[in-house]
This record gives sequence, structure tokens and C-alpha cells, in this order.
Amino acid sequence: MTGGGEQVLFWVLGPLAVAGALGLVFAKKAVHAALGMALTMIILGVFYIAQDAEFLGVIQIFVYTGAVMMLFLFVIMLIGVDSSDSLVETLTGQRWVTALLCLGLGGILASAIGQVTWGEAVGLDAVNAETGNVSGVAQLIFGRYVWVFELTSALLITAALGAMVLAHRERLGKGPNQREWSRRRFREGENLAGLPAPGVYARHNAVDTPALLPDGTPSPLSLSRVLTAREQVLSPDVYLEAEAAIEREMTEESER
Amino acid sequence: MSALLALTETASVVAASTDNPRADFRDTPLWLSAVKALLVFVYLLISTLLVIWFERRVIGRMQQRPGPNRNGPFGLLQTLADGMKSMLKEDVRPKAADAFVFTLAPLITATMCFVAFSIIPLAGDVWMFGHRTPFQLTDTPVAVLLVLAIAGVGIYGVVLAGWSSGSTYPLMGGLRSSAQMISYEIAMGLSLVAVFLYAGSMSTSQIVGAQRDLWFIIPAFFSFFVYVITMVGETNRLPFDLAEGEGELTGGFHTEYGSMRFAMFFLGEYINMFTVAALATTMFLGGWQAPPGIAAVNDGMFNEGWWGLLWFTVKLWMFMFVFVWLRGSLPRVRYDQFMRFGWKFLIPATLTWVVLVAVFRAGQNGWLGGGVDVAGRRFPVVSLFLVGAIAVLALVGGWLWDRRAEAKEAAAHPAVPDDVDPYAGGHPVPPLPGQRLREPSLTAPALPAGSDTKEATRG
Repeated sequence: MTGGGEQVLFWVLGPLAVAGALGLVFAKKAVHAALGMALTMIILGVFYIAQDAEFLGVIQIFVYTGAVMMLFLFVIMLIGVDSSDSLVETLTGQRWVTALLCLGLGGILASAIGQVTWGEAVGLDAVNAETGNVSGVAQLIFGRYVWVFELTSALLITAALGAMVLAHRERLGKGPNQREWSRRRFREGENLAGLPAPGVYARHNAVDTPALLPDGTPSPLSLSRVLTAREQVLSPDVYLEAEAAIEREMTEESER
Repeated sequence: MSALLALTETASVVAASTDNPRADFRDTPLWLSAVKALLVFVYLLISTLLVIWFERRVIGRMQQRPGPNRNGPFGLLQTLADGMKSMLKEDVRPKAADAFVFTLAPLITATMCFVAFSIIPLAGDVWMFGHRTPFQLTDTPVAVLLVLAIAGVGIYGVVLAGWSSGSTYPLMGGLRSSAQMISYEIAMGLSLVAVFLYAGSMSTSQIVGAQRDLWFIIPAFFSFFVYVITMVGETNRLPFDLAEGEGELTGGFHTEYGSMRFAMFFLGEYINMFTVAALATTMFLGGWQAPPGIAAVNDGMFNEGWWGLLWFTVKLWMFMFVFVWLRGSLPRVRYDQFMRFGWKFLIPATLTWVVLVAVFRAGQNGWLGGGVDVAGRRFPVVSLFLVGAIAVLALVGGWLWDRRAEAKEAAAHPAVPDDVDPYAGGHPVPPLPGQRLREPSLTAPALPAGSDTKEATRG
């Protein structure tokens, strides 16, 4: 059976691991969920170490917490997945189906695990004392399981290369340069001097506000297509009022 | 090169048949471990207080000014005063910050940096309260990997600090420095593989023991070179302190931090410096063992017991001086240059080096055919062949590089005649450096046909 210290460790860290796993599911912010998962992974690593599998435990922390979860965090932070995402469910009734499937899976797992008969635990003490922990793992990986190991690594490398090939976009032709853009504009005879720049006012510059044409009407051409599509375009009225106020001040000043 | 090979031969003393730690903790009760943990903690805290003062004083000297010299003798208490000040300052948290993570991040940094030191042997076996115990908190067969894993967890402090501040510059600084630390951790781990191959173990006590006759800095010289570079990159120190490039990112990930939380990041940074330096000492400079000449005095009198702590500290502070020296003399590199250097030079070069070392070690173990006797020693044929091939490649490469450099030099500085006629082109021209003036020809030369029209159009 396990020793006293190991039991204390388990009963302290076990609930924490469960709490981390629950946090992964129920946390509102994606970063908090990722942190919960990292906590669970670290505690799993500590459990492995407590059971004399030192190499496995440290690699678990090193690779999963240090590298994989870190990449997850990067993605979450850079893309900015957070609670402001739409929570409208597009599949009607999917919660009930999910619950049903979960129950089914739980039932299958419970019945399968319940039928297992457990032998006496061997433990790693003898192996660790005889060959050493790392050498023992190495002898298994590069001895008995060398084919499985190499096949797995080939599979992973293929997956990584595949991801790179799929994500990489090769540029088929050469994009038009400035000279070609200019030529094309003159051939078509429109916007010869380029598109107007977005709003530049007396006291403000704003990329989301249209420029004003000489007759005072706003020019929609001056705005980025992206902002127009996102409906993030503002009206120039506020800046016009400020401009009018400045002009009034100046005329009063000169009349005085 | 072959002399070097002879040295690697002598280093291959792998005493124990397993990779388990050599340190013997059987005579170490639990309370003694607690005492040792406290000792390591205090050692680190005092070292941090001293190194901040040391850094400011040494940089002051390098910049021809005195540095802090008011508080206490030689200004030694300056860091203490700074620490007290940051403890008493108001604790400000930005409105947009994520309260929980904002507090968690400095805690992660400040705790993780201490954990890694638990496997560093500060001295050999010492007598402590009537027990004979190695002066290191613990040792495992994967001790060095544990340091790397803890460093990986410590990066969370940086990333989370950047994210939780709820502001743009910290986020960018946090992502930048964590990308930097992760990339350089790869090269760091690879550079240590050569040491594992020579020592036959990843436990620190075994690695120190394997360096009894020869420090690994000599057989694994390239690993040492790579490790020293990566340890500067890993600790975010100049010239690699891109995370806090003041001109572009203000303070980097800790821009929004003040008072005690900032002090925790500061503490973490300095203790991380000590950790990587201690690892370098343990891996390459024989750990706590006395330097070669002194180790032989009076049957190894200075090479055991508490003397180890002295040698260890001396070696540790040599690295500290290098850190300060680098900071005093080098400008910051650009981020893309830094990343290119890490990924396109350090990692592939270290991989090649590890393969070479593996072949050497296999040759020493006699797995790759027989050897030849040279000057009373037996060398494996494979190793000799490899060394010869590398020497030839290096010669050819050096010759090619030299020729290209010469061609470049010639293109950059075309040959100038020794003396010059100042009026040769029609108007007076001053001589280049090293040129003599010839007697001027008083009659102006006939201008080449058509040259004046060119002049006219140019204007």
C-alpha cells in the first residue's frame, strides 16, 4: 500500500486536480480555463513523481505544461477568445443529446472498468534500483518498443509537416506594385490621385470617420472596406462642430 | 584537436552502473532537509541583495562613476533600502486588470525561481548537527530536467503578467519574452545533452562526481559556449532584454506592476540568474570541487566538506560578473536578429554537436570498431577519422571564408593611386588619406567630348 506521506500528498493534490479540471469546463474566461488545465497537468506530473516515475513526471510538466499549454495560451491571448463571444446555440436541443451521449459513455466506461481485475501492484522500486529510472525507460523505448516509438514519432512529424503545408499559403503570382497600380488607375481614368485619405480635421484625425469633399459632403471612398463591412464607421458631425467653433473663435478674434 | 580527444578519453569515468544520484541521503532526517531548505533560501536572498549592489557598483565603475555608496559601508545596504521602499509603496492595480491572475503571476515567478535551486549541490558531504549529509536539498535521476521544467512553469508568470494587466504594451512584452525564453530553452536543453552523454546521468551529484578528473568545459566546450549564450537569453538580460526595450515597449510585461508585486518580479529575475549560473557551474565547471591546482593540495584537503561552498560561490560569482560585464558593454540586439540567431544557428549547430559527441562516446565505449594506439593511449578509429574530417572541413571553410572576405574588402575599398593630380578632372579635388599631391598641371586638360551637356542636364 501507499505510504503515509504519499497518502497526504494524494488527498491534498487530488481535489486540487479535480478543481482544475472542473475549472477547465466551467471557467468563463478562456485564459482561466487554460490555467485550470495547466494546474491539473502539473499535479498529474507530481503524482507520477510520487509513484517513482520521475522521468515521466518531469517530462509531463516540461512538455505539456511548459510547451503545449503555453502554445494554447499564446493562441488564446493573441486571438482574444473571451466571454464576449456569441453564446447563441445554433443547434437546437444539442444539450439534451450531449447529456444523453455523456451518460451513455459514462455507462460504458463504468461497466468496462468495473470488470477489470487488478493484480498486485509491482511498483518501480526494483527497476529504479537495478537499472535506474531514465535508463529503464530508455531500454524499453529503444529496445522492446523501438518500432512503436519510431512509428509514433514519424506520425507526429507527418502531422506537423501536414499542418505547416495546410497553413502555408504559397503566393501564385506576383502582386501588382506601386507603378502598376498607378498605370491601372490612369488607364481606367478614375481616382487618378489615389483614394482620399480618411478624416483629418482641425483637432482630430480619425481612421473610422470619412473625409469631407470640397462641398462638405462625406466621402465614403476614404474609408477602409473592412471598417465599412464591420459597421464601425462614425459620422463626422462631432468634428465639424469643433471646427465650426474654432472658426467662430477666429472670426471673433479678428473682429476685436 | 587530437589532444582534446585525449582529454575526452580521460573524462569518461562513469563510475556507477545506473544513472541514480550519487548523493547519499540516508543519514538525512526530515528536519535536516527543512534546515537545508532554509539555508538555501537564505543563501539566495543574501546573494540577491548583494548582486544588485554589485551590479550597480561594477556598472558604475565601468561608466566612470561611483555607483550607490551612501547606505551602509560601500553602499551595501542600498538594496535593502530599495526593498523596504517598494514594500511600503501603494499597491496599484489597473482597472482593466484581471484581479486574480494579476496577483498570481508575480507569485508564480517568485516561487518557481527558488524551486530549481533545490537540486544544485552547493557542497559535497558536510557534517551538519551530527549528521553527515550532502549539501543539496535533494537529487533525482532527472534533476537537470527538473530545472528546465521549473523554468518552463516560471514562464507562466511572465505570460500571465502580460495578459492580466489588461493593456497593450505588457501583453506584447509578455508574449515576446515568453517566446524568447521558450526558444532559448530548446537550445539550452540541447546543449546540456552533451554533458549528460559524458556523465552518463542527469543527476547533479553524478555530474559533479564525473568531473573529478576533468571539468566538462573542456570536452563539451561547444555546449558551454551555447549554454552561456542561452542563459543570457533565458534570463532576459542585456543584450537580450528585448522584453523590456524601453524605447518600444516601456517596461515590457511588468509595466503595470508596482510596489511589492514588482519587487517579486525583480527578485525572480535575479534568482533566475543565480539558477542558470549555478547550473553552468555544476554542469561545466566541476560544481563545488576545488580548481585543479588547489584540489591536489595535501591529499585533497580543500576539496571536501564546507570548502565546497567557497569554490561553488566563487564560480557562481564569476558568472554574475559576466552578466554585469555584458550589461555594461553591449547594446540591445534586434528581436528578429535574436530569434534568427537562436533558431537558425544555435539549435542546428547544437544538434550537430550532440550527434558528434554521441559518436565520440560510442567510439570510446568500443561500439564502433577497434582503435589505434597513439603515444601509449588507445583511440577509436571513428573518432580519429571524424576529428580529421572536421579539421579538414574547418581548414577548407576558413580558406573559403578568408577569400570571400578579401574579395569583399577589395570591392569595398578599390585601390587608389599613390599620388593624385588635383586638377585632373578640371576642378580642384583634395587627396584621399595616404595620397600625395602631384605637382598640379597648370594647363587645364581638355574636357571629354559631350561631358558639359551631361553636367548641364544634371543641374
